[in-house]
Amino acid sequence: MPDAGVITITGLTKSFGDNIAVDDLHLEVRRGELFGLVGPDGAGKTTIMRLLAAIMSPDSGEAWIAGSSILHEGERIKEKIGYMSQRFGLYEDLTVMENIIFYADLYEVSKKERPARIERLLGFSNLTPFKGRLAGKLSGGMKQKLGLACALIHTPEVLFLDEPTNGVDPVSRRDFWRILYDLLKEQVTIFVSTAYLDEAERCTRIGLIHKGRLITTDTPAKVRKSIPLSMVEIWAPDARKAAEAAKGMAGVKDVSVYGNRFHVALAEVGLTDRIIEQLKEKGIAVIDHRQVLPSLEDVFIHIVRSSEL
Amino acid sequence: MFERIKQMMIKEFHQIFRDKRMRPIIFLTPVLQLIIFGYAVTTDVNNVSLAVYDLDRSYESRELTRRFEASGYFQVFCSIERPEEVQDLLDRGKVLAVLQIDRGFSADIKKGKQAEVQVLFDGTDSNTALVAMSYANAIITGYAKSLGGPHVRASAARLDVRARAWYNPALRSKNYNVPGVIAIMIMLICLLLTSMAVVREREIGTMEQLMVTPLKPAEMILGKTIPFAIIGFFDMFLVTIVGVFWFSIPIQGSLPLLVLCTAIYLLSVLGIGLFISTISKTQQQAMMGTFLFFAPAILLSGLMFPIENMPVAVQYGTYLNPLRYFLVIIRGIFLKGNGIPILWPQMLSLFILGAAVMTISALRFRKRLV
Ligand SMILES: Nc1ncnc2c1ncn2[C@@H]1O[C@H](COP(=O)(O)OP(=O)(O)OP(=O)(O)O)[C@@H](O)[C@H]1O
Ligand SMILES: [Mg+2]
Repeated sequence: MPDAGVITITGLTKSFGDNIAVDDLHLEVRRGELFGLVGPDGAGKTTIMRLLAAIMSPDSGEAWIAGSSILHEGERIKEKIGYMSQRFGLYEDLTVMENIIFYADLYEVSKKERPARIERLLGFSNLTPFKGRLAGKLSGGMKQKLGLACALIHTPEVLFLDEPTNGVDPVSRRDFWRILYDLLKEQVTIFVSTAYLDEAERCTRIGLIHKGRLITTDTPAKVRKSIPLSMVEIWAPDARKAAEAAKGMAGVKDVSVYGNRFHVALAEVGLTDRIIEQLKEKGIAVIDHRQVLPSLEDVFIHIVRSSEL
Repeated sequence: MFERIKQMMIKEFHQIFRDKRMRPIIFLTPVLQLIIFGYAVTTDVNNVSLAVYDLDRSYESRELTRRFEASGYFQVFCSIERPEEVQDLLDRGKVLAVLQIDRGFSADIKKGKQAEVQVLFDGTDSNTALVAMSYANAIITGYAKSLGGPHVRASAARLDVRARAWYNPALRSKNYNVPGVIAIMIMLICLLLTSMAVVREREIGTMEQLMVTPLKPAEMILGKTIPFAIIGFFDMFLVTIVGVFWFSIPIQGSLPLLVLCTAIYLLSVLGIGLFISTISKTQQQAMMGTFLFFAPAILLSGLMFPIENMPVAVQYGTYLNPLRYFLVIIRGIFLKGNGIPILWPQMLSLFILGAAVMTISALRFRKRLV
């Protein structure tokens, strides 16, 4: 049994009928990492999470979580992990405190340790003033923090979070990530899935997945740099029209529009000036342009498109 | 283990009592059902229209006719002169029963011989016919007694109505119905609550969160069914109390035995509820599944139609119906004061059925959980 990683995945595969949701996944996550599983809707993130949490059986392959096999030691895994499902999984008709106590009981947290632990969890999630409120009456951000508190009640070694900040306002999102960083200091391994690329940048390491396949894994910065891609950001009054025009030009690999500006991915660095020339020749107004580091999103789009070719 | 089950139950009760839709189901439905069956669906039969075909035209035949009329149960609609009229009146639904007294009736009585009368019934409404038939029997028997011997016999009685009249002397359908209401009410409420509660967790997404905890399938099943068993018992007592004090239904038998038998009955009911939850994806489906089982279970239980009157194939089907056994048990306890020596075959069958259903559901449940 491999021991190098807290999470070791070898050849994990899962299909639903003809639909291959997870395709021959190999991955290793070390203790204390904050690993981000990044992929668009339907990429297979939730399925991977469920397989690793041993609540779904794979078609083939194997994985070990903190030394326990997902195939044979599902029950032991459940004691070692915390898991927060993509949908809010707590009882909306129970109060914050009732939910926490319910999970403390299910995980058999001893009566002695319980009060201190609950107080600490309520404290860092800022839920103390809302102890008696029904979970259904909490805001999206608070619900997610309550979910996190319940998933942490038994101090798990590995924490699985499936799109934890989906539909949460930016301030609560920042709060949530602050909590995750605090947890990292306590040597908890965090395995988080997200479709938000700005969040992926906050992970120590990420894996890009698309249609069930893991395309690349590295640090966010390296993933960004490893791509032979020059990126120019162009501001134009009619960005959509300008982008359309740029699409057909020689050396342009990719174009994506963001409001009044658009990103053009180029095969070479020196091509920028020629593109601007050509746009002006076509009578398209350009306000400004500058070289940018490709964002993770650019990289992702690029990788996905080239992998689809 | 017990701590976790206890917590599951506490959680379940919190949810039940906070859910506004639950309260009427638990408190109102049973009483409502009881009232409907006690008052509205009363199967007491009065003023059965009767035609008299008196071929004997004697003092005795007129006396018997008079007794039918005086009973209050029958009303003489007309007298028949020609034999074709018998068929005709029944066919057209003009009368529900025909009393036919053949020539020689009085002569037979005087000679001390077995005298015969025929009472023909319109069997369309088998229940009414059954009840009316037992009235007719009672009247004829009463007349025979007044003559000082069992000389007169009703030859039309195809069913063993005498036995029933024996235990329910006033032939009050309420006495007969209230135990039945308890049985079907426990079934409906427990089926519905169990199947819905499990599916609900799956539908709202809390099941996934439960699955990642070390909660074992058995703990989950017990935590999900015991609260509804408790509600089942509560409703049984509620309806029994209303039945005894409001409808003055006597309980002849032992209350502890009733509780024991209810527990055995609940095993199958909760098992079926659990089974429905394993084959339903949504609460709607669970509700449909419940009624899909519930409606035939009532029809094929002997609650409204005697099982002996059903086609043989269907009769075999009723052996899989827990209501069938529990009806015999609960009526036996309420009306006849039966104890274990008489009821044990039903109790044993019910227990075996319950254990089987529960095992099948639990196995299916386990597969769904992991
Ligand atoms: N229980 C299931 N039955 C059938 N198909 C499923 C099931 N769960 C997932 N799928 C399919 O598998 C694929 C991957 O789904 P999954 O939910 O893992 O993606 P995801 O990355 O979590 O997407 P999202 O961002 O929408 O949550 C999808 O095509 C989905 O339709
Ligand atoms: Mg998902």
